[in-house]
Amino acid sequence: MTRQVLLTGNAAAAWGARLSSADYIPAFPITPQTEIIETLSEWINNGEMDSHLTMFESEHSMITAAGSAATAGVRVFTATSSQGLMFGMEMIFALPGWRVPFVLVNVSRGLASPITLECDHNDILAARDSGCIQIHCSTCQEILDSVIIGYKISENKEIRLPVIVNLDGFYLSFTREAVEIPEHHEVSQYLGEYNQMNDHYSSSAPQARGLIVLGGSQYSYFRYQAHLANLKALDVYKEAAEEFAIQFGRNYSVIESYRTDDAEYCFIMIGSFSTKAKSAVDHLRSEGLKIGLIRPRLIRPFPSEELNILLSGIKGAAVIDQNISFGKGGILYTEITSALYGAHGSYPVTGSFIGGLGGRDITIDEFIVIAGEMREYTKKGIQPRTRLLFTGDELE
Amino acid sequence: MSEGLIKNIKDLSVEHNLAPGTSMCAGCGALETVKLFCDILGKNTVFVNAAGCMTLLAIYPFTPFSGSWLYTAMASASAGAQGIRDALDILIKKGRLSASEDLKVIVLTGDGSAYGMGLSATSAAIDRDLDFYYLCYDNEGYGNTGHQDSAATPYGARTATSASGAGFTGRKKDLFSIWAAHKPAYLATIIAAEPLDLAHKVEKAMTIKGPKMFITLAPCPTGWHYEPHQTVSIGKLAVKTGIWPLKEFKDGTVTHTKVLKERVPVEEYLKLQGRFEHLFVPEKNPALINRIQTTVDQYWKDV
Repeated sequence: MTRQVLLTGNAAAAWGARLSSADYIPAFPITPQTEIIETLSEWINNGEMDSHLTMFESEHSMITAAGSAATAGVRVFTATSSQGLMFGMEMIFALPGWRVPFVLVNVSRGLASPITLECDHNDILAARDSGCIQIHCSTCQEILDSVIIGYKISENKEIRLPVIVNLDGFYLSFTREAVEIPEHHEVSQYLGEYNQMNDHYSSSAPQARGLIVLGGSQYSYFRYQAHLANLKALDVYKEAAEEFAIQFGRNYSVIESYRTDDAEYCFIMIGSFSTKAKSAVDHLRSEGLKIGLIRPRLIRPFPSEELNILLSGIKGAAVIDQNISFGKGGILYTEITSALYGAHGSYPVTGSFIGGLGGRDITIDEFIVIAGEMREYTKKGIQPRTRLLFTGDELE
Repeated sequence: MSEGLIKNIKDLSVEHNLAPGTSMCAGCGALETVKLFCDILGKNTVFVNAAGCMTLLAIYPFTPFSGSWLYTAMASASAGAQGIRDALDILIKKGRLSASEDLKVIVLTGDGSAYGMGLSATSAAIDRDLDFYYLCYDNEGYGNTGHQDSAATPYGARTATSASGAGFTGRKKDLFSIWAAHKPAYLATIIAAEPLDLAHKVEKAMTIKGPKMFITLAPCPTGWHYEPHQTVSIGKLAVKTGIWPLKEFKDGTVTHTKVLKERVPVEEYLKLQGRFEHLFVPEKNPALINRIQTTVDQYWKDV
């Protein structure tokens, strides 16, 4: 029977790995992710989970082992955060080229320097061009479910790419929410038997992986194949999510939209602060502003067409980035506007707002100010300049 | 000393598990060791490689290995070996792979990775008592990039980044002792020019579970500047001069497997190599040569 319990985001991620019957967990601790590997370790030691956990001396080694074990044909789960993701970044970029399936949970935390333990998205967005698929979560339930869906996509015979499931440090990692835990056998049924495909080493069937190529033609071929697989993951995601909805009753479209049907304005953002944006939407709606929320769950592959459909009636869109690309601005803003440009006749006035860096709150009041500004700019038909950071003074 | 099958040179296989025609340099001392390793360990292997000369052994779509191969990264081949060993164990335990299909996992790295970037991952693999072989081919420099000095470069050698004056002014890192301090199940120095000593050690390692560490001195015609046909004679001289002590570590004890009553002066080894030419030309530099000789003498005094 399905149980509903209070789980932290970290525990939800661990449950996702447990229910997916991950065979192997290479691990390394880092705040705010550590609870995930501690939870899995406890289950393995108690005999509640039939898996093997190896502690590594760095994330670079941990991610190398994750990919290497996947080439040998076991289902792998691993998790990291922030500096750990950066330290392992060489392998994050290498493993999509190995075409191996596994799921990595990243618990977003701002990057040094200055050092912080709290959340923003510069860590995960640094992996944007790696070739890994990225699923971004906003609730603890979504984390558990996304790990399971992640395996379904990753192991698809046309994909075979690592999937990164992202959740916000502290705001989700350490926040308890009511989470439904599906039955193990139902998840096993959903995922099906693990298919090793070409991922095996054995004395009777040797293989060579990760080879060097000579010349740009072969290189381009392999890189393009990985690109095509990543693009294909959009359709595969939709099928996997649909199947998940039928079996478990929870629906995860590639982009979550909230009260956008008749909306003239919208917030566009990823991560847990989008749940606050929903409250702001409700408040602004009660005051008569037709506003909604658009939250891409997939960042790679990027759901450009779906975004354009959702934005077709929108006059003004505020993109709220919880990251900053020094010398340019918000990374999500760049992604959104490039997807819109030239896509259809009239696209909305889009504003770029950067907030929530290093775990700084984005208050409901700030969402209201953002909405007000977007309304003004939209009326004037002016594309506003990036609003870098909210400070107390700016709000007054 | 050998309890294995290889008693004399004629017992070494004449058929090889490593195919010829790779893109290694003529006279490559590292390739010779890899060939012997493949012959003795057999075909049921997976080589896990770190960036170095040997990365060019398997070039898409060809591999000279009879067994499997995975290129990882310069810093983390030992972690890759851990991942594969763990995965094979899991598959066998869960009945998804027959034990008869099991493989020996071998890390293959140069000194650039072994003495430097890969040291942390390797240290941790020994800590975890990983059941694997580790073969470092030590050509005493970053060979694949044109032989810049690495932590394995010996005092006095000229490299691409110490190309003038007295050559490299640092000293060769004692990786054997660093690894021995980790107490691996087995550890040995080897050289392809002494194939019987090498074969005995690899055969012995095959009976041992845990980390089995090897450092092979790899004479390098292009990096050391000598003619390819001299690889074997230079290798033999490295042993006869005492510059490359052949030894092993097991159960907490270091044993030298070749102790010479009389050692050849180091000069005989140095003068064959262009990287040491400045010790002899335009005029002989006895001070520098003596310094190298004294270091070697001191080592053997303590043996």
